[in-house]
Amino acid sequence: MHNVKSIFRREFSSYFATPLALVFIVFFLVLAAAFAFQFGNFYERGQADLAPFFSFHPWLYLFLIPAISMRLWAEERKSGSIELLMTLPVTTWQAVIGKFLAAWAFAGVALALTFPMWITVNYLGDPDNGAILAAYIGSWLMAGGFLAIGACLSAATRNQVIAFIFTVVICFGFLFSGFPIVLDMVSGWAPRVLVDALASLSFYTHFQAISKGVIDLRDLLYFGTVIGVWLAANSIVLDMKKAD
Amino acid sequence: MIEIRNLTKRYGALTAVNDISFTVTPGQVLGFLGPNGAGKSTTMKMITGFLAPSSGSVTVCGHDVESDPLAAKACMGYLPEGAPSYGEMTVRSFLEFIADIRGLSGERRRARLDDVIARLQLESVLEQMIETLSKGFKRRVGLAQALLHDPQVLILDEPTDGLDPNQKHQVRTLINDMSKDKIIVISTHILEEVDAVCNRAIIIAGGRLLADATPKELAARAPTGRLDDVFRQITTGQKAA
Repeated sequence: MHNVKSIFRREFSSYFATPLALVFIVFFLVLAAAFAFQFGNFYERGQADLAPFFSFHPWLYLFLIPAISMRLWAEERKSGSIELLMTLPVTTWQAVIGKFLAAWAFAGVALALTFPMWITVNYLGDPDNGAILAAYIGSWLMAGGFLAIGACLSAATRNQVIAFIFTVVICFGFLFSGFPIVLDMVSGWAPRVLVDALASLSFYTHFQAISKGVIDLRDLLYFGTVIGVWLAANSIVLDMKKAD
Repeated sequence: MIEIRNLTKRYGALTAVNDISFTVTPGQVLGFLGPNGAGKSTTMKMITGFLAPSSGSVTVCGHDVESDPLAAKACMGYLPEGAPSYGEMTVRSFLEFIADIRGLSGERRRARLDDVIARLQLESVLEQMIETLSKGFKRRVGLAQALLHDPQVLILDEPTDGLDPNQKHQVRTLINDMSKDKIIVISTHILEEVDAVCNRAIIIAGGRLLADATPKELAARAPTGRLDDVFRQITTGQKAA
């Protein structure tokens, strides 16, 4: 626990050591607001909720989260500092968790900084703040899923650009498998079980469920499992490839 | 104590380290010699637990590196080849991070930090980012990191590479000062360094252990009495000139 905390602190502060953190946060906030107002018809709908804001999060994350996760391990491998880290008295698992939590906390900071949206709807109307909180939690969990995938793929290469591209591709699969367009295409010929299985694999399905304001244990379990499985894969990949 | 038994590392068809065995006891400064690609760094990576051996075992301070890696790593300080560190950190925050991981706290933490900062003369660069430092300073930061918890065993992969003659001299003095009760293993291809700091030298080439003696004994094997000639003779199979 002590080691996880030390690694977390180092990693988290390293985001802020370069302009990267600032650029990312500004980019995220501008895009999140722009999408909500431009495409989500935030005002025109005349409803006091944040649905237009949250509905674009999966798409924002698809490109922004891999930008956070790509450096997690690829940079360590490239600079050789992974050899330092892995010969300190820490386990692979502690390093994986510490780094993941740092990236997740950073995503949480970016997400929390969208609070003016929440203030705005409360000023304009009388929204269901419980549902908004649920959607924030769902959005953060989804970010964690994307990050776990990105962390694992970052460990597989020493090139951050490759890590970024592969993460976008895999995350796209995890997102798109729940989209009506894909499900409609499949449901023409595949048995119902398969369609449901495909839908239930998707970040999109579970995020939609939570962002309606209901935090179901199954959705929490889903994100927990996705994060756990990808982080386990991350530590296996590390043990196999760290010295290449 | 370091005990290495039948250590072997294979990469597919290539055998990087081939059945090496030796033991190092406290008070010894072991120079690890060999041409580039001889298997020096691979051996060091296995001793420090970064690489898993294909077969054989390494025991450090009584702990098997594979079955009890944390205890073994806790009693070692390691300077990897090229002295990698986190470029975006300042020297101070990097050393604080290492102190955290090494579990140093309170008075002892402050004393150890002060000690390595003074020994490696890092006062002037404490608030500088590591990536902006010269090669010599980066190497010294790497050494400071390895020495921070005052380990029983020090594994230094090319500790003086990239240093100017004065800095080399300082590092050698540092190693000599610490050598009394510690185990120090350094790899190098600078033969004068072996003369200057080591009381034991191992020559490996092609992954095999070819010689294990004191530098004096080794030098005596060549008619010229020079370590260079012995090194060339052993590692290339040529007769010394």
